[in-house]
Amino acid sequence: MKVAVVVFPGSNCDRDAAHAVRLAGAEAELVWHERTELGGADAVILPGGFAHGDYLRAGAIARFSPIMAAVREHADRGGLVLGICNGFQVLTEAGLLPGVLRRNTTLRFENRWVRLSVERRDTPFTHAVPAGMTLRMPIAHGEGAYWLPEADLDRLEASGQVVFRYAGPEGNPNGALREIAGVTNERGNVCGLMPHPERASEALLGSDDGLLVMRALVESLATAGAPA
Amino acid sequence: MTVAEPVEAPALHRRLGLTDDELAAITHRLGRSPNDLELAMFSVMWSEHCSYKSSRSLLRTLPTRGDDVLAGPGENAGVVRLGDGLAVAFKIESHNHPSAVEPYQGAATGVGGILRDIVAMGARPVALLDALKFGWPDDLATRRLVNGVVHGVGGYGNCVGVPTIGGELTFDPTYTANPLVNVMCVGILPENRIARAAAPTPGSLAVMYGSTTGRDGIGGASVLASANFDDTSAQMRPSVQVGDPFAGKLLIEATLELVERGLLEGLQDLGAAGLTCAASELADRGGTGMRIDLAAVPRREEGMAPFEVMISESQERMLAVVEPARLPELLEVCRRWGLPAAVVGTVTADGDVVVVDGGVELARVPARALASDSIEIPRLSSPPQRRRPAPAPGETPLAHDGLPERGMDPAAVLEALLGHPNIGSRAWVTTQYDQTVGTDTVAGCERAAGVLRIKGTKRAIVVATDSQPRVALHDPALGASLAVAECARNVAVTGARPLGITNCLNFGDPGVPEAYWQLAESVRGLKDAALALGIPITGGNVSLYNESPLGRIAPTAQIGVVGVLDDIDNLVGPAFKSEGDLVVLLGETGPGLVGSVYERLAGAAPEDRPPSLELARELALHEVLRRAAAAKLLESAHDVSGGGLAVAIAESAIWGDLGADLQVAVALAPAVVLFGESPSRAVVSVKPERWSELARLASGMRVACRRLGPVGGDRLRFRLVGVGATGAAEERGAGVADELDVHLADLRRAWQQALPRVLGEG
Repeated sequence: MKVAVVVFPGSNCDRDAAHAVRLAGAEAELVWHERTELGGADAVILPGGFAHGDYLRAGAIARFSPIMAAVREHADRGGLVLGICNGFQVLTEAGLLPGVLRRNTTLRFENRWVRLSVERRDTPFTHAVPAGMTLRMPIAHGEGAYWLPEADLDRLEASGQVVFRYAGPEGNPNGALREIAGVTNERGNVCGLMPHPERASEALLGSDDGLLVMRALVESLATAGAPA
Repeated sequence: MTVAEPVEAPALHRRLGLTDDELAAITHRLGRSPNDLELAMFSVMWSEHCSYKSSRSLLRTLPTRGDDVLAGPGENAGVVRLGDGLAVAFKIESHNHPSAVEPYQGAATGVGGILRDIVAMGARPVALLDALKFGWPDDLATRRLVNGVVHGVGGYGNCVGVPTIGGELTFDPTYTANPLVNVMCVGILPENRIARAAAPTPGSLAVMYGSTTGRDGIGGASVLASANFDDTSAQMRPSVQVGDPFAGKLLIEATLELVERGLLEGLQDLGAAGLTCAASELADRGGTGMRIDLAAVPRREEGMAPFEVMISESQERMLAVVEPARLPELLEVCRRWGLPAAVVGTVTADGDVVVVDGGVELARVPARALASDSIEIPRLSSPPQRRRPAPAPGETPLAHDGLPERGMDPAAVLEALLGHPNIGSRAWVTTQYDQTVGTDTVAGCERAAGVLRIKGTKRAIVVATDSQPRVALHDPALGASLAVAECARNVAVTGARPLGITNCLNFGDPGVPEAYWQLAESVRGLKDAALALGIPITGGNVSLYNESPLGRIAPTAQIGVVGVLDDIDNLVGPAFKSEGDLVVLLGETGPGLVGSVYERLAGAAPEDRPPSLELARELALHEVLRRAAAAKLLESAHDVSGGGLAVAIAESAIWGDLGADLQVAVALAPAVVLFGESPSRAVVSVKPERWSELARLASGMRVACRRLGPVGGDRLRFRLVGVGATGAAEERGAGVADELDVHLADLRRAWQQALPRVLGEG
């Protein structure tokens, strides 16, 4: 199994994501944003960072990077795409996921440990999470407040696209509407979340809960095979 | 109406900050008078910031050698061997005056500058630490500075993806008009791949890559960093550089790729004094010269004068020296990372830095004269009238430097100390920094030392930064020694072995004998401590002229120590771990409350003094801590420093969410025992069955080792017993407890609210 980790100029969690993919048992390849194909990868991760400096608006320039056409094609074929933090922002800017990430209501960059409830355990990204378990992992962003108009939020909830919510005593760190930390597209093969599962993939670093997300992704590839 | 006398404009060299003596020395070295461009180049290179002209003679006395030192002072950063074929590059640097003038950009470019120093060694930056010092946060100007600096540090560090894993945040009135922003960076590299800042081969090419060159930061080194502060400081804003962290990130990645592919002969970042500094230092270290063609320098502004191009401090630029045959590969790497690159010069054999523009020679100066052969200035040194040296070891403490006479409840004092902005939780600041990027952070900013594991090995690096300005006000040598001792102790409590020291010396105007004495004494204290603890000093930075109309800052030797833990399984954390573990105090408590946070709250007797330091005891403590960690004896270990024993124990309790029930023998005054900050002590916890093993180890090293009581419950309780306590209790009568008994939740609340309370957010 091979997972492509896209490297935009300004990505800074690319090597972290690749490290976590390897811990989860798959091969990881860093793919430069100017490339136009995914090098035969079975899944794609858009990592955290500040793609193109987050100038203009987080993710606004990255959506035009050449690699994004290949990412969109992969998603259209039903292939798995995971966007973490800045990668989530890029996916919303590219229209592959609904919603926008607004500035944190604290108006500050926030790096803290949060706890996530897993709203859906039947997705390719969460099936490895035991029932009832909340996931502890860090956030590190200035623009992570999930936002959609109320009516669209209702539809998002009704179609089961809310996958992760901030929970527990740590609370909602950024003012996201309805505590939303991560969502999928309607088809369920594209997922984005603001917290960093790759930073919570080893007990030594404070938590290995995030590895469950990476492992779910890798196991989904093994059972489903690469998309046609 | 009066007619103004015609005033002769001051000579150019004076306007550039050079003295008449310095002009004479320049003329002597050139054998002729310099022209205006040459004078501008000398003015930045002979600034205090670049030439260390007042401090060089002192710095030469520092111990810099060690078996594991691979690069020492004089390079862009120190490099020390780590093991497993790896080395660690590290350095601390100041950006004080720029941050006072423009806090966001000043701090951001401070981070950018030190990152480039590490990258210039060929190392990948893996950690940042920020030591910030401000005036008391009760005025809006200070809050604006704090906000701007914290945003600037985070804005740059977060974007480039280097975790901030430690630092210091200190509020003290002496920093009101002159805040300190000292940033430390740590990088990792293969030990056989150190990049050198030298241009050894005539015929090789000098390539400038990264951002383009503009008018920002003109005269940063000479105007801003090398003069006292006054009311006109705001006019210096154009001298502050502007940072672009995105360009900084691309520069790091491109540079590391160039180094990894072995394309470079020499490499230097463009920081203070810009192209003039990079060209002359590369040539001087290589024993060569360099011919710079100004027309080739990529610019972002029209109509720049030659001197502006030569001394611009535009950020995110590097000067690489490359063999002509490897040039195409270098340019291709820069193109891929989207960085402008251009051949701006040629390495020559004649030893001169020559500046040409369109074929016309504009300047010719020996590289040596600009760099290693710059002027040195002898300074007068004299101690101030009033000082408080430390008591001699074993000296009896003063009778009334204790709590009872002040009629204070020790529990209230403990809460007040935990809620003090110099002690309480740093989370208000540190949550604004990315501490976890890189997936190596084992312990970050909330601990006294940052811990980073190294992927693919069993090792971890442990980093801390500390200072003792309050003590240094009374005794600068002691303050500097204490800072080294505390910093090394913070590394040792984790079980790690200190490898090297970096230092940032922040002092006043060296032309004032008392200020120079403070610097000289601090360097002496630094040297003594480094020698006694056996840790080489591998580099650092000097920041002088930290004065304003409000006065001079407290003498501040900011120390950074990097250590290695050979096996991360032996890492000891500071948090209490399990009910029933025994709390143990290692080391002897000594007298002296001056310089402590307790003194800030309660004052000290007029005759009281700072605590004394016995370096042999300090070293013995570190040895006990390391051996105990290696034998897996320790459940937790935490150094005793700001706020004393009671605060150290409270922190271990808060972090571990476990109380303790302790008996503390009071031989000295209770305040000294509970809140005194005498050095060479640590609070550890052990399993009861391993207590005797620890006691044997400590007594073998002649380190005092006392059981205080068990970990457990949700309250922190100290019962004061012994001569000091009972005797005092009889005298003081009723109303003051002989006991401290507080709920952990109350302590935690005080500790958490320390910064939000003073920085205006509840």
